[in-house]
Amino acid sequence: MAVTAVTNLGRNGLSDWLVQRISAVILLAYSVFIVGYLVYNPDVTYAEWKDLMSLTCIKIFSLAAVMSLVAHGWIGMWGIATDYLTDRLMGPKGSVLRWLFLLGCAAFCFVYLFWGIQILWGN
Amino acid sequence: MANIPTLTFDAVIVGGGGAGMRASLQLAQEGLKVAVLTKVFPTRSHTVAAQGGIGASLGNMNDDNWHYHFFDTVKGSDWLGDQDAIEFMCREAPKVVYELEHMGMPFDRNPDGTIYQRPFGGHTSNYGEAPVQRACAAADRTGHALLHTLYQNNLRAGTQFFVEWIALDLIRDADGDVLGVVGMFLETGELAVFQAKATLFATGGAGRIYAASTNAYINTGDGLGMAARAGIPLQDMEFWQFHPTGVAGAGVLLTEGCRGEGAVLRNSKGERFMERYAPNLKDLAPRDFVSRSMDQEIKEGRGCGPNADYILLDMTHLGEAEIMKRLPSVHEIGLNFANVDCTQEPIPVVPTIHYQMGGIPTNIHGQVVAPKDGNPNAVVNGFYAIGECSCVSVHGANRLGTNSLLDLIVFGKAAGEHIVEQVRKSPAAHKSLPADAMDKTLARLSRLDNSKSGEYAQDIANDIRTTMQAHAGVFRTQKIMDEGVTKILELDKRVPHIHLKDNSQVFNTARIEALEVENLIEAAKATMLSAAARKESRGAHAHNDCPERDDENWMKHTLWFKDGNRLDYKPVQMKPLTVDSIPPKKRTF
Amino acid sequence: MTDVRTIEVYRYDPAKDEAPYMQTYTLELDGSERMLLDALIKLKKQDETLSFRRSCREGICGSDGMNVNGKNGLACLLNLNHLPKRIVIRPLPGLPVIRDLVVDMSMFYKQYEKIKPYLINDTPAPAKERLQSPEEREKLDGLYECILCACCSTSCPSFWWNPDRFIGPSGLLQAYRFLIDSRDQATEERLANLDDPFSVFRCHGIQNCVAVCPKGLNPTKAIGHIRNMLLRRAT
Repeated sequence: MAVTAVTNLGRNGLSDWLVQRISAVILLAYSVFIVGYLVYNPDVTYAEWKDLMSLTCIKIFSLAAVMSLVAHGWIGMWGIATDYLTDRLMGPKGSVLRWLFLLGCAAFCFVYLFWGIQILWGN
Repeated sequence: MANIPTLTFDAVIVGGGGAGMRASLQLAQEGLKVAVLTKVFPTRSHTVAAQGGIGASLGNMNDDNWHYHFFDTVKGSDWLGDQDAIEFMCREAPKVVYELEHMGMPFDRNPDGTIYQRPFGGHTSNYGEAPVQRACAAADRTGHALLHTLYQNNLRAGTQFFVEWIALDLIRDADGDVLGVVGMFLETGELAVFQAKATLFATGGAGRIYAASTNAYINTGDGLGMAARAGIPLQDMEFWQFHPTGVAGAGVLLTEGCRGEGAVLRNSKGERFMERYAPNLKDLAPRDFVSRSMDQEIKEGRGCGPNADYILLDMTHLGEAEIMKRLPSVHEIGLNFANVDCTQEPIPVVPTIHYQMGGIPTNIHGQVVAPKDGNPNAVVNGFYAIGECSCVSVHGANRLGTNSLLDLIVFGKAAGEHIVEQVRKSPAAHKSLPADAMDKTLARLSRLDNSKSGEYAQDIANDIRTTMQAHAGVFRTQKIMDEGVTKILELDKRVPHIHLKDNSQVFNTARIEALEVENLIEAAKATMLSAAARKESRGAHAHNDCPERDDENWMKHTLWFKDGNRLDYKPVQMKPLTVDSIPPKKRTF
Repeated sequence: MTDVRTIEVYRYDPAKDEAPYMQTYTLELDGSERMLLDALIKLKKQDETLSFRRSCREGICGSDGMNVNGKNGLACLLNLNHLPKRIVIRPLPGLPVIRDLVVDMSMFYKQYEKIKPYLINDTPAPAKERLQSPEEREKLDGLYECILCACCSTSCPSFWWNPDRFIGPSGLLQAYRFLIDSRDQATEERLANLDDPFSVFRCHGIQNCVAVCPKGLNPTKAIGHIRNMLLRRAT
């Protein structure tokens, strides 16, 4: 009897809910870290910043934040799409719009993730 | 009639309250094809408003058994109840309550895990010796818990509900057999014939024939009207219970469970006056007795308030914790309808019309009975009635608190079982419907829909209510009642002149209310005529000119017939099923 | 001093109106009316065609849920003394209107039915009651009292957008009522039916349900408990 949906991230409600919470915590921690660093080092130079970002542990932390943003964003956008872009609210064109919107979101997320990895682990 | 569909079932039940849904559950679980017509969504039926408890001698709190319950009920009924039916009900009580528990009903519990039971009016151990705790309770929401549990179990059993369908008329053929009902769907105004091998009425009471009533707006006696129009008599309609504690002015019920938990009634002097009237049971004497005592206090000038016209229900000594645990809804009602926080102040109350002891006469299987060829209890084939619309008669002249919910469940189940048996025995084919099955109903509807002028239905309904309140109230004299008969018969002539201003087919509540007036008037006539004829005082019928009970002449059931406003009588069944009869005695408490 | 109220009511009869409209009535109260429902019944005498549901008039049957000055509530429990001179009444939001203040509640009931709102215990019943301690029974308080008036679910934005997929506060309150009943044995089956992205997890903790419940119940809290049960089940 459970309601199913193929497009949500974890394929069940609980994992999406959990992912959204965990990703939020990671994003919060990352934000606090970045803001904190900038506050304590107001005169940071490009070289110092680059050194910081080259540390493996910070690279992993950054990657986690990027992935969290992608997951968090996808779940949120999926929620919005399935709230407002539905056949119930706008007739058969609702589904078409929703798929287009979600496709756009997916592309955006993918590009963001790919680009993020490239920045962190590229040359 | 060509475009009116006929739907065929094994059984059709009219009314989705406690009784109707207990019966439908039985039928659905046995695999019968059953339809339940209900003019409101099932959980909105008036059973939902019952508060205090359901009576059963489980003996969870003190020593109790069904013999005591039987004795209390017979005595409570002022010896007008049929002792066979009362025995049946009291014996079945523990079983049906356990079944409700198994269905999931959220009863309150004792520390040992058993169902909590509270004291109630007229419940005693050892044949009247001392109060006993017999009312199985779910806080003060027992009716709500019960009704929702029954609806839930009906969902599980797959009962087919026709929600917001109102039954308009009974279909009887030339043999007098009942073959179904005509129903109307509120949402669209469409009609349908519900044809069935068994037609069961569980339509509730007609409490709305009175101006001051604890009853819901829907309690318009639809089953009584339909039965009366189909030539079925109505039994013991002069007996209407005044509940001692309706909120003064608002009419909303405060359960007897308040007094069960220790609340007391006080007059303007602050005196707990019930100690004078009922030295033994005090505030927990039966309802007719307490209501009359309150009336007496008010008449003798000891009423409370600026007009000395109400009594105070005081539970402040119980403490806030106990009140919030056992009587949370009472607290809510006090705030909403009396501006009183009952943990701090007493609530103004007056005796208020609450329950109709009479109704469609039946036997203990729920089969409707009517006099035929010298037999006062000849079965009307295919017709059943249970719950408040019926008169089996377990309540006689006065119902004991908590016996109403019990009545619904015991006879709901009994009727269900009997219908299953009858349907399985019956031939596969339904008896064919008479050609004129719909005629009277269609004529009534077309008169209403095509009315060009006339009176507003609710003006007539309100006149019925004020008349009944004044002439068939707690205080009755021959003169008052005779005047009442004249007035009601005059009102009867106004009913055909109702004018309907709303001609929409879509959810036309004005039309439903107009149709309901035709049922109200039948219940009112039955009550008024039966009351004026009974020259004695018994239970709820307190006749000022004949203050004593007269067993020699009046220990008999009244039967009122719509045709010719005729009255007939039949003997009370004094013989129980298995035990010794309880002979009449003077009622003291 | 006479108490005159301006009552604006949403009107729509699909048989004769092309579109819904607001009708303004002036109603003089004589002091005998206590609750909004009393005023509506008086109004119906002025205009028989005004349709609304009502029954017990004491807040236990749940028939007369409506949106009054922007907030859902039961007309029979809204004291006229606490309402302003101008009262705007609309049907419960988010459900199809049948006529005037009468809404089609099928979707609301369907969500209730989905959660299997009945005790499931297939062990043979004992001869007497199944035992339950007062503490176990107390867990049902604040849950079983629901009157299915739909004030909560129809004030919930998540239910407005997904009434066919999100169970809604009322149904979830009942879901928890059975999940937590010590006599019920279908916990696993019930949780499995709820573990999807819509049934429970569309609740975003907006708490409109809590704000409007005429019985003072807290569906959001119950939903939190369900989520915790789902979490414990998965870990």
